[in-house]
Amino acid sequence: MCRWMMGATCSSSRRDFLKKCLTGAAVLGAGGGAGLLAAAEQREAFAKSRVVIARDAMLRGAGTTVDSRRILSLLDRALQAIFDRDNPIETWKKLVRPGETVGLKVNALGGPGFCSNPLVEAICERLQQAGIKANDIVVWDRDSDELERAGFHVSMGGNRVQCYGTDRVDYEQELVTRGSVGSRLSKILTQRCNLLINVPVLKDHDGAGVTIALKNMYGVIHNPNKYHPNGCNPYIADLNMLPEIRSKMRLTICDATTAAYEGGPGYKPQYSWKNNALIVSQDPVALDYTGWQIIDRKRAENGLKTLEGDGRAPHYIATAADRQHRLGTNDPGKIAVVEV
Amino acid sequence: MARDLDAQEGVRNPVDNAAEGESPLIRCKRGLFSCALDRRSFLNCALASGAALCVCEFARPLVAAASWAGPQKQDDSRFTVEAKFYQKLQNKKIKCKLCPRECTVGDRERGYCGVRENRGGTYYTLVHSRVSAAHIDPIEKKPLFHYLPGTLAFSLATAGCNVNCKFCQNWDISQVRPEQVPAEYAPPKLVAELAKQHDCPTIAYTYSEPVVFSEYLMDAADAGHEAGIRSVVVSNGYMQEEALRTAYGKMDAVKIDLKAFTESYYKDVVVGELKPVLDALVTLRKMNKWTEIVYLVVPTLNDGDSEFRGLARWIKTNVGVDVPVHFTQFHPEYLLKNLPITPVPTLERAKAIADAEGLHYAYIGNVPGHPAQNTYCPKCPRMLVERVGFTASRMLIRKGSCPFCGQPIPGVWHA
Repeated sequence: MCRWMMGATCSSSRRDFLKKCLTGAAVLGAGGGAGLLAAAEQREAFAKSRVVIARDAMLRGAGTTVDSRRILSLLDRALQAIFDRDNPIETWKKLVRPGETVGLKVNALGGPGFCSNPLVEAICERLQQAGIKANDIVVWDRDSDELERAGFHVSMGGNRVQCYGTDRVDYEQELVTRGSVGSRLSKILTQRCNLLINVPVLKDHDGAGVTIALKNMYGVIHNPNKYHPNGCNPYIADLNMLPEIRSKMRLTICDATTAAYEGGPGYKPQYSWKNNALIVSQDPVALDYTGWQIIDRKRAENGLKTLEGDGRAPHYIATAADRQHRLGTNDPGKIAVVEV
Repeated sequence: MARDLDAQEGVRNPVDNAAEGESPLIRCKRGLFSCALDRRSFLNCALASGAALCVCEFARPLVAAASWAGPQKQDDSRFTVEAKFYQKLQNKKIKCKLCPRECTVGDRERGYCGVRENRGGTYYTLVHSRVSAAHIDPIEKKPLFHYLPGTLAFSLATAGCNVNCKFCQNWDISQVRPEQVPAEYAPPKLVAELAKQHDCPTIAYTYSEPVVFSEYLMDAADAGHEAGIRSVVVSNGYMQEEALRTAYGKMDAVKIDLKAFTESYYKDVVVGELKPVLDALVTLRKMNKWTEIVYLVVPTLNDGDSEFRGLARWIKTNVGVDVPVHFTQFHPEYLLKNLPITPVPTLERAKAIADAEGLHYAYIGNVPGHPAQNTYCPKCPRMLVERVGFTASRMLIRKGSCPFCGQPIPGVWHA
């Protein structure tokens, strides 16, 4: 799904729009029943939010750790499926431009059990091949110690990829407000990054139901503890409406290589599974909805109630999709799940 | 250790609860007693204290926390003590039993207050002896009007709060995590020592929300009592009964912010609940703790006659007509900047209703020079304590009674 269809601003939306008009016109111009059918299919495809699930059963080979080359390949497959491109570098060039500073908002809270380091290294490799300088990439979360604990190497300065927490640069002094939320934003978001790639983990959450793309933005603010009542609803949706977040968000690449169906958000080995997958979308609501279904299926396999049955359905996903927010869609009829 | 604190140049001078209207920050130079006040603050101070009164005497810096020069890593370990009020659950989870919120907290996560963390199934407070604001205030600033008038309180706070009032004037310490604000290490004995050094008969736990630093408050109260220093707490009262009895049982006086008299206001503006606060007031009454109540009057949100009347009747029925009630003026802050300052006639209406319902000591707060800041005998009715701003300028009560008619005046009037 294109960002302009999600109601978000996007620097390339006009160009995309013109392209789609031209494509549509060409299809219509072809005439005949087949042409009209193709046009309808194309319109339908554009009307749906695309969520790509890229899976590799051999991601870890015979071992337990993720193979760096295979995850790069998995990432390429996922991105190519999202953007309909054959060349992985060209895919990334569609997303970023040289000179931009790219923030990779990871989720370090789960510690080494949910280490996203191999995925992040793969993303960084492709970003640099797409023309982004290493030191214009910032891998970040709220706290440097948490990043270290999760297996990232904290580094500031030099020509390397940057990796640090907001604790190193502070939050803005001024509050930003939206609906139920009033918070100070990380200066990494407001001052350091031009654009954001969200790199959450697929996890169960004892309060929110699930924590995937939308909830990962809790790591952007100084007071996430204030927004956990009522299953984080409507706080998560309101937070993601902040222009500073919405305008910079380009893509979500969810690390679902190791996922948790219960006991989250901390890592509990007994409730996690090697899922060996990435989930990628430009629609965070559709991605979260899809992730929720995956977690519920895994819960059923393990004899657990659904999150709804457990009284923890992530209602914030529906709020994020409602008329006041329009951050994406949670309507399964409008989500195209593509497995590659 | 005292030198560590004294060496700071800045001072955080937060407002006690949300009742006062002054700018929360006044910076002073240690030892020079020269204040960098803005014009509004200066005028406020001058009005409050009289032109001849040097406000800097009350503004001697103890802890620097006025502004954060930049991120700095604090040594977390010396502030981290196992929490007292919680229950262990399965899967390394815990349930906090400190306040009615009863946060269930997973491993490596924190409760709503942001200052208590689950580490491997054990719950810790991260703010023991971690003082983010300290100051010497007149006790009237708390406000406690019937408790040692004219004395000073060594006032301190840590980061954190268990509610999120949209009007909070100290949100920059109450609504943050402890590592997000500078702090000084001030163990209980040091607090007692400093209070004594600065001629403060009382330690006041205030500014943010003392519920969330109960363990520290209890230890500091014990250290204070050993040194002959009393303790008072300025709190929202949103606390479980056992924790309240244990922690506030060590207090010599309590001031409770009763923020409204409707559950809807507590839900929407405070992010809490009314009933547990009312229950806490009743419990404090049963514990015979000297208690005063503040009601911050916010235009259009909690300023209806029916609310004032309901509040007054509830107080009369449940805690008694002798409990002082302060109707204080709201100033736009934090997330409620769209509302005006409370008009003085609204406060006067609140007081008139409380008087009519039979409360003996209804005050108007945060309006310097207003006659309803004084204490009058409910029987004769002569003025017994005259206040100018935060200063008790005349104190006529003798042996706890009106010197003119002999009516007992409840309170703790003499050390």
